[in-house]
Amino acid sequence: MQIPVQGFMYPNEVELQWSVLIVLYPFITGLVAGAFILASLERVFRVDAVKPTYRLALLTALSFLLVAPLPLQLHLGHPERSFEMYLTPHRSSAMAMFGFVYLWYLMAVLLVEIWLDYRREIVLKSESAKGLARLFYRVLTLGSSNISERSLQIDERVGYFITLIGIPSAFLLHGYVGFIFGSVKANPWWSSPLMPVVFIFSAMVSGIAAVMLLYMLTTRLRKRTIDMRCVDTIAQYLLYTFVIDFSLEMLDLLQRIYEADESFRSLDFMVHTRLWTSQVIIQILLGTVAPIALLGLTQIVTLTETLRKRVYAVAGCLTVLGIFAMRWNVVIGGQLFSKSFLGYTTYKMGFATREGLLPAIVLMILPFAILWVLIKILPPWSNDEPLPAGGTTAR
Amino acid sequence: MEITRRHLLLLLPAAAVGWKYVLAGTPEASPNYRLTEHWWAMLIDIPKCIGCGSCVRACAQENDVPEGYYRTWIERYHVADWKVERPDVESPEGGIHGFPANEESGGKNFFVPKLCNHCADSPCTQVCPVGATFVTPDGVVLVDKTYCLGCRYCVQACPYGCRFINPKTNTAEKCTLCYHRITKGLTTACCEVCPTGARQLADLKNPDDPIHSFLKTHSVQVLKPHMATGAKVFYNGMDGSVR
Repeated sequence: MQIPVQGFMYPNEVELQWSVLIVLYPFITGLVAGAFILASLERVFRVDAVKPTYRLALLTALSFLLVAPLPLQLHLGHPERSFEMYLTPHRSSAMAMFGFVYLWYLMAVLLVEIWLDYRREIVLKSESAKGLARLFYRVLTLGSSNISERSLQIDERVGYFITLIGIPSAFLLHGYVGFIFGSVKANPWWSSPLMPVVFIFSAMVSGIAAVMLLYMLTTRLRKRTIDMRCVDTIAQYLLYTFVIDFSLEMLDLLQRIYEADESFRSLDFMVHTRLWTSQVIIQILLGTVAPIALLGLTQIVTLTETLRKRVYAVAGCLTVLGIFAMRWNVVIGGQLFSKSFLGYTTYKMGFATREGLLPAIVLMILPFAILWVLIKILPPWSNDEPLPAGGTTAR
Repeated sequence: MEITRRHLLLLLPAAAVGWKYVLAGTPEASPNYRLTEHWWAMLIDIPKCIGCGSCVRACAQENDVPEGYYRTWIERYHVADWKVERPDVESPEGGIHGFPANEESGGKNFFVPKLCNHCADSPCTQVCPVGATFVTPDGVVLVDKTYCLGCRYCVQACPYGCRFINPKTNTAEKCTLCYHRITKGLTTACCEVCPTGARQLADLKNPDDPIHSFLKTHSVQVLKPHMATGAKVFYNGMDGSVR
């Protein structure tokens, strides 16, 4: 397949090395980290208003975290050798720590926190359920069936401690992903000390927006009333985080424009041509400025409940789209220009190929399927929530 | 201390892990060759290069380089008058078939052969998550293809565009400085065939190597010195426009 090239590329640079699957990886881990941070708002910072989303956020984080290594595995030339990263990690490599950071977050933070939070329900179900379900929940108790008040208090305290560890761990998980890119000195599009910080804030933005959307959607599907105090608070936090994220990105941009180093002319041309739609239109205008304006509007003008819900839904969708575009522009954009700064290549995405669009779509659907199963096993809500007044469906 | 079955069960996996660590990055053995007595480099004399492409062909043949990928290649520069920052560069098929007649007029034209710089502080070695890429004690950057994951991080980290993924092995590949030849007292395939002597293998630890007198009497440069990679491919007569 002939890849269109403009100007001069080093001959080995023409083919892109990291595909759409590597775009998914930071996008997915960002959602994990952001969802967890939202959950910790309730647990650590005692923001009671967001409580209805606490468990949903944890389950969302787990669903996405379980899928996070899959795009990497699919991408590797030798996936069967990936365990070597555990056996003989190369200490100077930023990437070598992936397995450990991932396992730490999965095993030491998310699973423990979810288990502690659900332990009471798991024990009760292991006693009330029948047949295979009973056996299943008994296994989930891990042999710990004591749900005395004292025992639950200990769960609460340990859970608090785990969340406390979880916050820096979430930062570590996604800041680390940013560092993988930010530390590549050969690539001026990536090489920036701000990259890990921008990744952390963009992760929070995408995770908060995703959980807000999921909460609104699941509540609607369950025909329950959306807790407006909850979504108003989440929207507020989303706005604040987004403003910080946008400021950091603009700071990075301004610095690049003002410094105008040897790579600037090449990168500037790329933004004005190949990345114009994905970066300027989708990421900045649609995915950042528009949601910030919409969320800001709800803070200035008093809108009706129905209107606010719609604004949040639109802003949330645009936010997630914008963050995806940001990941795309970082990963794909960083490979479109030559390290000689004299030319540009093109990204040709296949469809039903190993690293094509189809596996990418499947990988993006998979976390939602896992979330659905998790919700069935460990329902994040109780059924005594209020029904909407004067109707059967939430609007 | 008596080793019980329990001890053995604990020790064996640990020993297996340790052994893998020892094996990782062991360079190809060559009898009578002492690694610590050499520190390999290359000298490229730009004014001597005629862009014939012999080196690219020899490299491809010697190392079974897949078509469309290059362990070494040649670039032709055309710098119009004062436009040092915007040279016209081309490298059709890596220069493997040489170059067509130049249609550009005015300014200056020259050829620049490129290959892995075998950096002493190589970014590709730094980023490899499993240590499949390593610097040998005699200063050559190699890839253990039985160990490489094919994650492509090293390809991204190389500032010079010298690495690629071999579609047959799905592992990272690059110039080995013909390690299988130089450890047997031969020169590299590209140096061997260069009709003008524009490429010369150099052993910086050998006091009798002509490189030393050359470096004393010529102004040489490495590619992208600001990258601070400790590049060991030295270019004589390199124009400021070369990237």
